[in-house]
Amino acid sequence: MMTAQFLYGGAGMVLFVLGIWSFLVHEPLVRKLIALNIMGGGVFHVLIAIAYRGDDMAPDPVPQALVLTGIVVAVSATALALALGRRLDDLSPGDGPDFSPPAPQADLPLRPKEHAGGSADVS
Amino acid sequence: MSAELLAFAVAVPLLGAMLAVVTVTRQGSETRASPLLNWVGLITATLTTLVIIFMTGAVWQQGPLRLELGGWGVPLGIALRADGLSAAMLAMANLVALGTSLYATGYFRSNDEALHFWPLWLLLWAALNGLFLAADLFNLYVMLELLGLAAAALGALTGSRDAVSANLRYLLVGLLGSMTYLLGVALLYTAYGTMDMSLLADVMRAPGPTDGTALVLMTAGLALKAALFPLHFWLPPAHANAPAPVSAALSALVVKAAFYLILRLWLELFAPVATFGASMVLGLLGASAVVWGSWRALRAERLKLLAAYSTVAQIGYLFLFFPLLAATPPGPAHDQLVAAVVLMALTHGFAKAGLFLAAGLVQQQAGHDRINELGGTAQHLPATVFAIALAGSSLIGLPPSGSFISKWLLMQGALETGQWWIIPVAASGTLLAAAYIFRVLSRAFGLEPTPLRFVTDARTEVPALTLALISAAALGLAAGPLWTLLGLDAGGGA
Repeated sequence: MMTAQFLYGGAGMVLFVLGIWSFLVHEPLVRKLIALNIMGGGVFHVLIAIAYRGDDMAPDPVPQALVLTGIVVAVSATALALALGRRLDDLSPGDGPDFSPPAPQADLPLRPKEHAGGSADVS
Repeated sequence: MSAELLAFAVAVPLLGAMLAVVTVTRQGSETRASPLLNWVGLITATLTTLVIIFMTGAVWQQGPLRLELGGWGVPLGIALRADGLSAAMLAMANLVALGTSLYATGYFRSNDEALHFWPLWLLLWAALNGLFLAADLFNLYVMLELLGLAAAALGALTGSRDAVSANLRYLLVGLLGSMTYLLGVALLYTAYGTMDMSLLADVMRAPGPTDGTALVLMTAGLALKAALFPLHFWLPPAHANAPAPVSAALSALVVKAAFYLILRLWLELFAPVATFGASMVLGLLGASAVVWGSWRALRAERLKLLAAYSTVAQIGYLFLFFPLLAATPPGPAHDQLVAAVVLMALTHGFAKAGLFLAAGLVQQQAGHDRINELGGTAQHLPATVFAIALAGSSLIGLPPSGSFISKWLLMQGALETGQWWIIPVAASGTLLAAAYIFRVLSRAFGLEPTPLRFVTDARTEVPALTLALISAAALGLAAGPLWTLLGLDAGGGA
């Protein structure tokens, strides 16, 4: 089905663009990482769509092998970024670092009023 | 026979990295680096460099080499290839890396840092060699990611907040760049059904609709990794906060690897697709990088930050060549320009590595690298300051450095293709480079704080300056009218 292939590839492109947008506008590290993984998912969608060669032929194995490799790379990169982010949080428990979510400022009664007001959206 | 060297170029550092991981001794619950660790690192470094030297010799004598790993051909197998361009980059990268390794054995005083440095460093080296040797676009993607991961981890090695934060940003930006590159690769595969670069170069003679998109995506992704203005924002903090051997490798080699890929893609694959307008965009961004990077280097307060901004500027010079390459038809003039841009990349690789290593020594000795407080460094570390001066003269482009020849050919190409705007850009970049290098040197040589004002007594100094300026610049640049005045035939022009 050509339409299925087209839908799949098109969805991949949409995911890629959504990922870039989200990566650029959101500050917290976790959101940026999720955005990057959505971008990667988009590229993998496109590669899977390429592999389709009609109903009576087996799919092209090369793009599928690429997707597998790509997933491994994405997982390792995400792990390294998370490890660096954890380290950053450990180093600066007080002020909000560039890339990490607003850390729950436990037990430090520095700004009691703000803490009480802002605790609703900080899990 | 000599094609097998290609596999060793990647395998030796990779094996060394694994060996370095297990070369530890346990004291109770603590893991400490074994005294053997430095030797494992050094021996691996020497072996890898020897492999590359033999490989370069083989390419020199027999022409391009190609190896299909495990006998698996395209499209499923992984192919390595070395031609003149990759051999030149590899030779530079491996010599710089060998010097950096030697330096690292003396630099890391703390056991802990050396323990983590060596495995990551050798992994980075393997990725770098793999990248220069990769024959297909997907293999390149894997090597790019490996390089990015190892580089970000190495950059954060000091563990300080600034270093971790800057290198986290570097890692994320690098991932964004390589994902964008990968989408471009996927589009090319959709259109042509192959990822092998030499096969693609054959079929991409007639540009199709997807080629332009792939060109934009791949170039943008790689430009982000190469820190082309205005995508350079991640570079200065990441390079300035890393340990000195890592800064040297990041600035001299890792950024250059991304540039090498752009050059390779534009010369081999996208030559029919890339219009003059597209190359002009790269050229203009390069020009902005030269001016902005040099200016920021001049204003930098710390020596390593100065070196990092100078990298931004030097990357800009490399991109200035693209509009010239696009405007020059294939032939001797075109080859000349290709050689010039490669020569500039090689020179900058050596110069920037030397500068960062020397800056690291200055920082260790003085305990800081604030340029204004470096007075007397020349008395404490004469050889180091001399190294800064040598590397600086090469960054400025003074004869007989390699970048002098490259800049000469750049300006010649600009004149021949009528792109005059390149000349003031290159000239102002050179002047600014001279200013920021001499700013460091003047501080390093001065024992007293130098006076804050440039002119101390205007009435007496300005005439002296003016006369000196006329002799140094005005008469040389505007000598033409003299011939007319003397009534001579100007330069045999008629």
